[in-house]
Amino acid sequence: MNKEEIITITKSFLSDEFEINSNKIISENNFHQTLDLDSLDYVDLVVVIEENFGFKPTSDDFKTIISFNDFYDLVDKKLK
Amino acid sequence: MEKRVVITGIGIYSSIGIGKNEVLDSLRMGKSGIIYDKEREEFGYRSKLTGMVKKPDLKPFLSRRERIGMHQPAMYAYMATKEALEQAKLESDYMSKNETGIIYGNDSTAGAVIETIDKVRKRKDTTLIGSGDIFQNMNCTVNMNLSTIFKLKGINLSLSAACASGSHSIGMGYLLIKQGLQERIVCGGAQEINLYAMASFDGLGTFSTRHEEPTKASRPFDLNRDGLVPSGGAATIIIESLESAKKRNATILGEIISYGFSSNGDHISNPNLDGQYRSLQMALSQAKLDPKLIDYINAHATSTPIGDSTEAQAIYSVFGSKTPVSSTKSMTGHECWMAGASEIAYSLLMMKYNFIAPNINLENPDENSKKINIIAEYKEKNIDILLSNSFGFGGTNSSLIIKRFIK
Repeated sequence: MNKEEIITITKSFLSDEFEINSNKIISENNFHQTLDLDSLDYVDLVVVIEENFGFKPTSDDFKTIISFNDFYDLVDKKLK
Repeated sequence: MEKRVVITGIGIYSSIGIGKNEVLDSLRMGKSGIIYDKEREEFGYRSKLTGMVKKPDLKPFLSRRERIGMHQPAMYAYMATKEALEQAKLESDYMSKNETGIIYGNDSTAGAVIETIDKVRKRKDTTLIGSGDIFQNMNCTVNMNLSTIFKLKGINLSLSAACASGSHSIGMGYLLIKQGLQERIVCGGAQEINLYAMASFDGLGTFSTRHEEPTKASRPFDLNRDGLVPSGGAATIIIESLESAKKRNATILGEIISYGFSSNGDHISNPNLDGQYRSLQMALSQAKLDPKLIDYINAHATSTPIGDSTEAQAIYSVFGSKTPVSSTKSMTGHECWMAGASEIAYSLLMMKYNFIAPNINLENPDENSKKINIIAEYKEKNIDILLSNSFGFGGTNSSLIIKRFIK
């Protein structure tokens, strides 16, 4: 899966599952602030990431993510 | 000083209509909400009959977070409560500043629990269930969801009392307001409709198998009845102190004047004449009413031979042969946890529009039912005082008396 595919899939599940406006999902934007998720939402985020990319991010993984770009890099790394 | 308790809003999501207007038409026409459900045939149900409601689309009203903790009971209850609060002119902003409680009847979340467990069985990992399921799975699902959504800050609990849950919820709310402990309470009952909810009940062999005529299957008091038909949805009744209703300039739909209750302390599923009699007598004595003053009885009668017959005996022993009686379950089927609340809603519509909804499918009353005045056809009738019975497994009984509001 290349990065473009990762971005497309991510935009799709974030807008479908979390009702996030896909226009706000820009690589440089802050991942956590844009999604504005509470602790319960992170449980669901793990579920959709596992469903779409086949791995479960840990809380330590989330701590390394600042921008959406960081998230795409994390997915890319985990898939390799 | 005891407070007077009035009703200022009703909302209904039922097999005979979505909202009061559709339900009113069905009650007048004697329209059945019972269908043959093909899925039940494939699943192994003995009876394939059920009342049916469509899944509500909540997206226009609620956020994702508000929706994901809801399965059928909470979804249906939300729709009914939204309607009831609109009629009562109660908005979330007002309720967040003026204590409002919720006591809602519910006695199962089978569909939600099984769907959750199936996810774990498939994926072998509880962290992949997601965050919403726990709030769907618990029996207090309606209370958790609605108190959060509507910003309710008073009493907050679910009432689980089998097929009398909805009725007891109104009764308990009535007592709290009467004592001055609450100003207003959202009461009601919800009943899930899915394959998992009623399978074990169906296994008892107490459901009708009149598959060739679904709309004629629920026939309370009729000699040829062969069992009840399960159904579901939700009904909400907003109750409040007379002072609160007047202060808010709310329209008053009726006044609750008594709540009788009893437990049979006997068989777990069979009805009991003494228990029903005591519930009725308690309601009448609390209201200090001569039984002859009751203009209409909405019977619990579910269309089971032993249940209807016992209730007919109880009604005859207390009211004699003249008081008009009908069971709206002839149209709706047995709405179980919801029934005690929905039947108050149906009865209030009859009171408002001066008619008695027919006990449809009554062709030949059985021996005990012949002794009471069952209304089998639509009848115009002024109703000033009505009584609604609800009885449940475990021998729990509830009788509510409601009076037309007079200043």
